[in-house]
Amino acid sequence: MPVPILKQGNTLIVSVQAALTDRDLIDLKNDLAEKVGQFRSRGVIIDVSLLDVMDSFATRTLRGIAQTTKLRGAETVIVGIQPDVAFAMVQLGLALEGVATALDLDEGMELLAARLEKGDDRVG
Amino acid sequence: MIVSDEEARVVITHDGDVVTARQLGRDMAKQTGFYGSDLTLIATAISEIARNIVSYAQRGEIVFNALEEGQRRGLLVVARDEGPGIPNIELAMRDGFSTGKSLGLGLPGARRLMDEFEIESEIGKGTTVIMRKWVR
Repeated sequence: MPVPILKQGNTLIVSVQAALTDRDLIDLKNDLAEKVGQFRSRGVIIDVSLLDVMDSFATRTLRGIAQTTKLRGAETVIVGIQPDVAFAMVQLGLALEGVATALDLDEGMELLAARLEKGDDRVG
Repeated sequence: MIVSDEEARVVITHDGDVVTARQLGRDMAKQTGFYGSDLTLIATAISEIARNIVSYAQRGEIVFNALEEGQRRGLLVVARDEGPGIPNIELAMRDGFSTGKSLGLGLPGARRLMDEFEIESEIGKGTTVIMRKWVR
């Protein structure tokens, strides 16, 4: 089942569902890389609050998405990692090193806005 | 240790079955008496071993049984495949070791998430992973 990508201003917002398969995640990575270019997006927010499990594959792929979109000129923020999921990830030895995270969608938008502003200052 | 007759089984042949297996495992764990973060720990461990089947053996199955030992209750998860087998189990159980398809956290990670973990593998015959967790 393809993951819908919503466009809001210069940001792409993705909300993944619980029954996310490996294939869905790989497709999402490709879709996002393309859409960031198509819409000239500066930020991507991936909401994983419905995800019941973040195993090593999901973590690796999300990290890959963040790195890929970064190379395409957009910042990615992962939002909504549930407490139990965070606990399991730590036990598993997983970290989302180098990937921005935020509590929820609102915080993610704020973080993204702050980062983009900072980036623009540097450019300007 | 009493293994209940009530069992659930998932045949693993593609990535969608990884999701089915962890959802069924979570349901079984809930029925057995697990709650809170233990449900997520169990589902995550199942996800890792189910993916190992898809990645390395292509085909296998996972069977869940409720366990009873005196007062304590638990969940038994047995994952079997008839894949190529693991040449060096000691190495495969080491954090960060991977033949290239993963972060190398699958097996050692699953062991950390569960209470008991056993693995048997024979080259050319397949691999069996047995995991148990007890309700706290």
